[in-house]
Amino acid sequence: MTVGIDVSLGEVAASLVLVAIALAVSLRWRTGMESDYLVAVIRSFIQLTAIGYVIQAIFDEDSIALVVALIVVMVLFGAYTARGRAARVPGAFVPLLIALSLAAVATLGLVVGLGIFEPEPRYLVPVGGMVIGNAMIAAAVALDRLGDEIADQASRIEATLALGATSTQAAAPIVRRSLRSGLIPIVDSTKTTGLIFFPGTMVGMLLAGAEPIDAVRLQLVLLWTLFGAIAIATLVATNLAYRNFFTPFHQLREPSGP
Amino acid sequence: MLFDLRDVDCERGGTIVLRAVTASIPEGASCVAGPSGSGKSTLLRLLNRLADPDSGAVLYRGTDVRERDVLDLRREVCLVPQLPALLDGDVAANVRFGAELAGRDTDVGRVLRLAGLDDSYAGRDAGRLSVGEQQRVMLARALALEPRVLLLDEPTSALDAESTGAIEETLTELRERLDLSVVLVTHDLAQARRLADWVVRLESGRVMATGAVRDLIPA
Repeated sequence: MTVGIDVSLGEVAASLVLVAIALAVSLRWRTGMESDYLVAVIRSFIQLTAIGYVIQAIFDEDSIALVVALIVVMVLFGAYTARGRAARVPGAFVPLLIALSLAAVATLGLVVGLGIFEPEPRYLVPVGGMVIGNAMIAAAVALDRLGDEIADQASRIEATLALGATSTQAAAPIVRRSLRSGLIPIVDSTKTTGLIFFPGTMVGMLLAGAEPIDAVRLQLVLLWTLFGAIAIATLVATNLAYRNFFTPFHQLREPSGP
Repeated sequence: MLFDLRDVDCERGGTIVLRAVTASIPEGASCVAGPSGSGKSTLLRLLNRLADPDSGAVLYRGTDVRERDVLDLRREVCLVPQLPALLDGDVAANVRFGAELAGRDTDVGRVLRLAGLDDSYAGRDAGRLSVGEQQRVMLARALALEPRVLLLDEPTSALDAESTGAIEETLTELRERLDLSVVLVTHDLAQARRLADWVVRLESGRVMATGAVRDLIPA
């Protein structure tokens, strides 16, 4: 496979024209998102450029230890970022850390174990980044919902506890809804893939000149692995995090967040 | 004694809600009375361990509540909260919910009748009932657990005068028909007089008086 695309910095800058339009629309409608747009653009530029150099260095070194170190950093940063979204969940960092770690280990272990990818930096780094990033978003959405619902439905939860329900039984409907909210985007995008949505890996391979069938097969492997990883991360994060709202004696703790 | 509170302190959200509360509550019908913010509901929640005090002890029939299995305690000492908080689904599912958790069958019609509702309510959507009807379903699902003690947190605070009278009548009938002790939280001294024989009067988290209603709340 050869990469037949050479993008200049000027062309990269020109692609900002659509962001400028979005910014203008935002200003017109006073959505208050303008600073978020700028921060997103600047951060994506800095982070992607930096990670580009890091990945290049790891490829040059061809060291699995460096890959593991990079994935550990991504998991830590992912858990930290998702914790910010799940501000109403007490002690959300540890459940998120465990969830993202499990998702990364299970996914990379599977694709390497099945022999789909060689255990080389060229494969492990992009797959690891994709899995951790998507798992982080799904887990953050689920925990955000969990925190909001438990705060909103505290009286209903306590009324259920008062009937002799355990904290698991009292929280079960909310945990189910939180899981659904984290998983619905990946379920929907998997359902519509190839129809109204072309996944990134396939697009990248096609742009790079690969055969469409090869691109499809690799995309299916990644799509299904990603599906599993997101499900694992969301399940683990939600199932560990809801416990932090309760004492060991099935009492609802006082809210601690904003 | 049914309950003994010994030197109980309780803090919620950085505010002291109960301080050095020592009081006894006998079998029968008792009430915890006091103005809003006096710590009545917090005290009630300590009786079946929906919360624990920061210091002091709560005894149920002579045993520290912390020595009891907490789930068994809550089925035996069942709390009906101030505002209806029913689960999604029909009335029958709500009534059966707690009893099913305890592995018991429920005669839904019987407990609905005990709570002052007829059998036709069983299939109705709980979310579409009036507040008064929901409050009765809350009572019915507590009764389905066949508790020995009912803790009622301002059971009529959201109701009009007519519904309040009807609920009070139901509670009086319940006490006559079932071997049941009741601890009622209320800010309404007239209601305390109508429904209870014993009163613990609270003010700003402190016990102001404890004794027979006829002595402490004269007509």
